[in-house]
Amino acid sequence: MAAFFLSFPAHALDPAAVEKLAFGDGDDKIEAIGALVAEGDPRAAELLQSFAEGELQTSGRQMLVVRGDKAIDVLSGKPAALPAEREDVVANNRLRGAVAGALGAFKLGSRDRNERLSAARALADANAAMLPLIRKALEKETDPEIHGLLDLIAAGMELKDGSKESRLAAIRKLEASGNPNTKTLLLEVASDPDEDIRREAQHSLRAIEGRLALGEWLGLAFAGVSLGSILLLAALGLAITYGLMGVINMAHGELIMIGAYTTYVVQGFFRNSPFFDWYLVAAAPAAFVVSGLVGMALERSVIRWLYGRPLETLLATWGSSLVLIQAVRTIFGAQNVQVENPAFMSGGIQVMSNLVLPWNRIVIVFFALGVLAGMWLLLSRTRLGLYIRGVTQNRAMADCVGVPTARVDTWAFGLGSGIAGLAGCALSQVGNVGPELGQGYIVDSFLVVVFGGVGQLAGTVYAALVLGFANKLLESWSGAVLAKIAVLVFIIFFIQRRPQGLFALKGRAIEA
Amino acid sequence: MTPKAKLVTVTNLTNLYGPRGWAILGVCALVAFLIVPILNLIVPASSPFHVSAFWVTLAGKIMCYAIVALALDLVWGYAGILSLGHGLFFALGGYGMGMYLMRQIGRQGQYQSDLPDFMVFLDWKELPWQWWNTDQFWWAVLLVILVPGLLAFVFGYFAFRSRVKGVYFSIITQALTFAAMLLFFRNNTGFGGNNGFTDFKRILGFNITSPETRMALFAVTALTLIATLLLARWIVTSKFGRVLAAIRDAEPRAMFCGYNTVHYKVAVFTLSAVLCGIAGALYVPQVGIINPSEMSPANSIEIAIWVAVGGRGSLAGAILGAGLVNGAKSFFTVALPEYWLFALGAIFIVVTLFMPRGVLGVLQRK
Repeated sequence: MAAFFLSFPAHALDPAAVEKLAFGDGDDKIEAIGALVAEGDPRAAELLQSFAEGELQTSGRQMLVVRGDKAIDVLSGKPAALPAEREDVVANNRLRGAVAGALGAFKLGSRDRNERLSAARALADANAAMLPLIRKALEKETDPEIHGLLDLIAAGMELKDGSKESRLAAIRKLEASGNPNTKTLLLEVASDPDEDIRREAQHSLRAIEGRLALGEWLGLAFAGVSLGSILLLAALGLAITYGLMGVINMAHGELIMIGAYTTYVVQGFFRNSPFFDWYLVAAAPAAFVVSGLVGMALERSVIRWLYGRPLETLLATWGSSLVLIQAVRTIFGAQNVQVENPAFMSGGIQVMSNLVLPWNRIVIVFFALGVLAGMWLLLSRTRLGLYIRGVTQNRAMADCVGVPTARVDTWAFGLGSGIAGLAGCALSQVGNVGPELGQGYIVDSFLVVVFGGVGQLAGTVYAALVLGFANKLLESWSGAVLAKIAVLVFIIFFIQRRPQGLFALKGRAIEA
Repeated sequence: MTPKAKLVTVTNLTNLYGPRGWAILGVCALVAFLIVPILNLIVPASSPFHVSAFWVTLAGKIMCYAIVALALDLVWGYAGILSLGHGLFFALGGYGMGMYLMRQIGRQGQYQSDLPDFMVFLDWKELPWQWWNTDQFWWAVLLVILVPGLLAFVFGYFAFRSRVKGVYFSIITQALTFAAMLLFFRNNTGFGGNNGFTDFKRILGFNITSPETRMALFAVTALTLIATLLLARWIVTSKFGRVLAAIRDAEPRAMFCGYNTVHYKVAVFTLSAVLCGIAGALYVPQVGIINPSEMSPANSIEIAIWVAVGGRGSLAGAILGAGLVNGAKSFFTVALPEYWLFALGAIFIVVTLFMPRGVLGVLQRK
């Protein structure tokens, strides 16, 4: 126990306070506890502990702590003879509460950060007698979180009992802090009889409410961007295979799932190495390559024979997806596998009191942007990209001028599948990895592509962001499932109004 | 515009099939209405010829699937519209019947309440509006027919009017059934959440588990299947059916010839949905449970594969396909459960790559 109190200077106990504790009535005793706490002496803590356990006894004017048949004089701290006539100093519930609070407060001096933090939290509704102790702890506290918390508690106490000036100061202090709990404190004072205080409190309340609302909106916007980036990753590959090549690939979700499992396998390789935190750097290319190869094999073996027959492609690729799911289940088991975040991706940035941006989400947003940029460069700046665009626009003419269309198909499909793998690698960081992972994304990613308009990438990006935002916005007031349903219904209606999607390619064909 | 009257050229019922076709149908009817009941109810269980309740239920279940396959074949095989939402219509029919069966339990549920158990469990005080009057059989039948029909009519009308077709239509029907599944999975929508409806006891006052009731359900299903087949046959051989085929093969041309293709497509889509609803209503009392997983997109795609396996654009093929795939499923899921998805996936791939006209097409080529 001594470790808690090392940081407090040791000096003798204040005899007046101890006497009040031993002989005074209820209110005196409370006051005495406050005074003892203010001293911050470890012996005060010991005394209070003894008091709480019923060991404090009096004999005449002498105060003793009696343990078994040994007695210690409280004031001198030296062993004393055990007198025959003794009386207990009785602690009722109110006093016990006060002592418990006080003992908690002593832990503010602990060296262990977590212990200090929990002590500070426990003080949230302690009585004003603790104020001196908190002030003392504030001077020493270096941890910003605990310091902020204590500051706030002190302000709250001053708000209740201090002089007018200190109350006004407390209100201003509360306004500056971003803690959402300050709102309840200020609400109490907002109807204070004193007009200055009332005005000040109401002013502060408005400021705090504005800030909280801003935080909520920013959080919502970030959630929208985050979901949008995940949808974008899931849909980008599809934008190539379906949007550019016109292949309905129902196994797209399974290619995502394979990317996630590849990440899992690579993580296993890094398990016992010192570079575990960097396994994603190896996992992302691996996921790209593995999913890309599976996609190319799929194109060569199944899809190749079905070009121009979208409904048959749909069924055949659905069949392929079932085979892939079962294959993964046979190899890795039907249970979800554990993919861990690297250390640098766990936790988040505390932007505002009620707004924390998790690192893994931030990384994924930038990852999605990177994939998008890479894909754009590939399509617009490389020979393969040129071929892909050429084959998309006019297959026969591309063939005539010597583009190996069949091989371009394979490569393009491999590219789209590889990007699905990258999506899987990213998704493994935010969700469960199991054989059915892909099934949840297939409907979504098709809707993104169809909503954005088939045949170009810009539409896919906008559609992913719009759907991400819409989903999160609706979620905030109707719950996740209803929001999802609303978005699905919205897209169904949207497609009926504009079957070409948001950004239609202009053309004259009557058959889309 | 062609006058409506010209379209309704009624084919004579007897001309629907040739002598061979009627003979096969007659044999099937004989098996369903006479032989199976005798073997199940009269032949003692110890005899090797006895057909157990398990097989009767399985056959009844597969016949329900066959009705669904017929319904999908009408829109996919004959009108070229691949709906991936037929599982939704099937499930809606099932839910309509399911609630009637729940109400038939009366006060014999776990909680001895007038309300179905799951509502007591969720602390509901009265029946939600959509289940009004569902203790009446006629109303349940009406729901089974009207709900899928209305939904298909409204959805189809808007979709076909905006000329949503091909894969787009497939994807939005899939989104529709996915959305409905999410909705039905919720506890507070009054559809029993993910447990759905189960623990049925009576239908029309008869004990639902007794062999006689089972056999009656089996016979009704067989009758419905035969009636659906004849109806579908009548439709595809009528002028209406010819226009559907024209829409499938060259919709712009059919439009330029003066046919309002929207009407045809909406009509056949709605009819198909109603047939699915009826199949669902027959399915639920035999299987004893209905839950939202029936609406999962995977189930609806499986319906398409039944039709594709049998041979789309052929009514007998749809029935054959439903029988073959579900027979294989029953075998695999018992004998080799791990390999069923491999087999199903392979069926999808092989059929689309090598058997564009299904099993029936392969048989006929020889």
